[in-house]
Amino acid sequence: MENKLTRNLYMLPYFLWIVLFVIAPIFLVLYYSFFDIEGNVSLVNYQKFFTPVYLKMTLSSFWYAFLITAFSLLVAYPTAYLLTKTKHKQLWLLLIIVPSWINLLLKAYAFLGIFGTYGVANSFLKLIGIGAQQILFTDFSFVFVSVYIFIPFMILPIFNSLNELNPTLLDAANDLGASKWTTFRRVIFPLTIDGVKSGCQVVFIPALSLFMLTRLIAGNRVITLGTAIEQQFLVTRDWGMGSTIAVFLIIIMVFTMIVTNTRKRGV
Amino acid sequence: MDKKITPLSKLFLLIIFFILYAPIFFLVIFSFNSGDTMYDFKGFSLDWYRELFQDTRLLIIVLNTIVVALLSALISTIIGVLGALAIHQAKKRQTKNSLLSLNNVLIVSPDVIIGASFLILFTMAGIKLGFYSVLLSHIAFSIPIVVLMVLPKLMEMSPTLIDAARDLGASRWNVLTKVIIPFITPGIFAGFFMALTYSFDDFAVTFFVTGNGFSTLSVEIYSLARRGISLNINALSALLFLFTTLLVVIYYFITQRNKVNGMGVRKR
Repeated sequence: MENKLTRNLYMLPYFLWIVLFVIAPIFLVLYYSFFDIEGNVSLVNYQKFFTPVYLKMTLSSFWYAFLITAFSLLVAYPTAYLLTKTKHKQLWLLLIIVPSWINLLLKAYAFLGIFGTYGVANSFLKLIGIGAQQILFTDFSFVFVSVYIFIPFMILPIFNSLNELNPTLLDAANDLGASKWTTFRRVIFPLTIDGVKSGCQVVFIPALSLFMLTRLIAGNRVITLGTAIEQQFLVTRDWGMGSTIAVFLIIIMVFTMIVTNTRKRGV
Repeated sequence: MDKKITPLSKLFLLIIFFILYAPIFFLVIFSFNSGDTMYDFKGFSLDWYRELFQDTRLLIIVLNTIVVALLSALISTIIGVLGALAIHQAKKRQTKNSLLSLNNVLIVSPDVIIGASFLILFTMAGIKLGFYSVLLSHIAFSIPIVVLMVLPKLMEMSPTLIDAARDLGASRWNVLTKVIIPFITPGIFAGFFMALTYSFDDFAVTFFVTGNGFSTLSVEIYSLARRGISLNINALSALLFLFTTLLVVIYYFITQRNKVNGMGVRKR
């Protein structure tokens, strides 16, 4: 008996971690969502969430996350595809990954300079005759910077699944007379859909919850679920409402993961 | 599939690389500006670096960041290795899978949720917001990463290796220290390193659980950037870029030498 006890004793820190930092926080968020701002137990937060203000916010958060994911995919897929065809592909991939290691805030800060009223982007627009525009603090700058930040996370899984693709399948398609487009549509894309799905997952969920970008780049014009949570927790100090939004974000997150997690056996 | 890349696709890749790197180099270039804007390059100077190194408040923040990163990486590596061993030794498949899912909760959760829920946790537990709350949360979100870096190495290890050691009369402790740990050392290093960089870069979680008077580099950059452009940040970013490149090179060598699981994906 003692043997079994000592055998399992070393697992204790890890299990403590699971209980304290994985399970407890989720329950605490759920628990707090049932308190109003005065600390009374009520469902007022849930009532509030289903008012047009919050529903609209959720919808727009979805819309922006969708736009960000779609544009990232649009840029990342061809990039990943072309990367697999380069000579030193692992090296090039590493170079794509490096910017993702740079602190996110510094990258966002760089765009303050680039998109600013007198920034490089506006000088360029003036040069080609369009004239200076308000770029910073618009929807465009928010989506652009987000896509910029998420591209490496989208490229990596797609690159991996493209890289695992058996080339004989492409030869077979070719031999059977498939055009390039048909090969892509009927062979390459279906076989790399898992990479696309996990790429969408790692972009969509964080895109719903970004809050520093909305503050720095979108100038508070865009409010995502993440911004709302941060606002409720740190500015308004209405932890109940913040927790309620967090509960819905968790539900959406789990749902997104179920949709994008359908694993099937590869060829 | 034709192996050749057309000039057009080369151009496409070139544009992607340009877009990815331009903002970073843009920051670095303007850190040498003798003027104080990010659009008008007046001339070369090292003034901003000088100012940076004279800013004692900032130096303390850098020190804070490094201390938190090192401590949290160390502690989370120890707990993470124990966790990986626990998951590996789970007999039932179901236990293993549920442990793994619990392990991954903090990896897939958005930072805002982690930050907000930890804020509630620390407040309820009566832990003052500051150094310890930041350290604890960094340990908490680094553990699952370490587990994920160590576990594949454990899976790779042939069970006959342990059987052989047992047959030769090794005690449990001997098996662990003389056989298992040396075998998974590359995974442990990769895990430690990842935890280090995660902690170093984290903004969102720290932002929630840090109180007045304690700040890390990311939080400081955020509050500076919200006030607008100041070329101090550029100088800082140039130094951080150098540092990051160094880390990438180190990480590349760790993974190349030992063939740990591929490239590290960073969450934000």
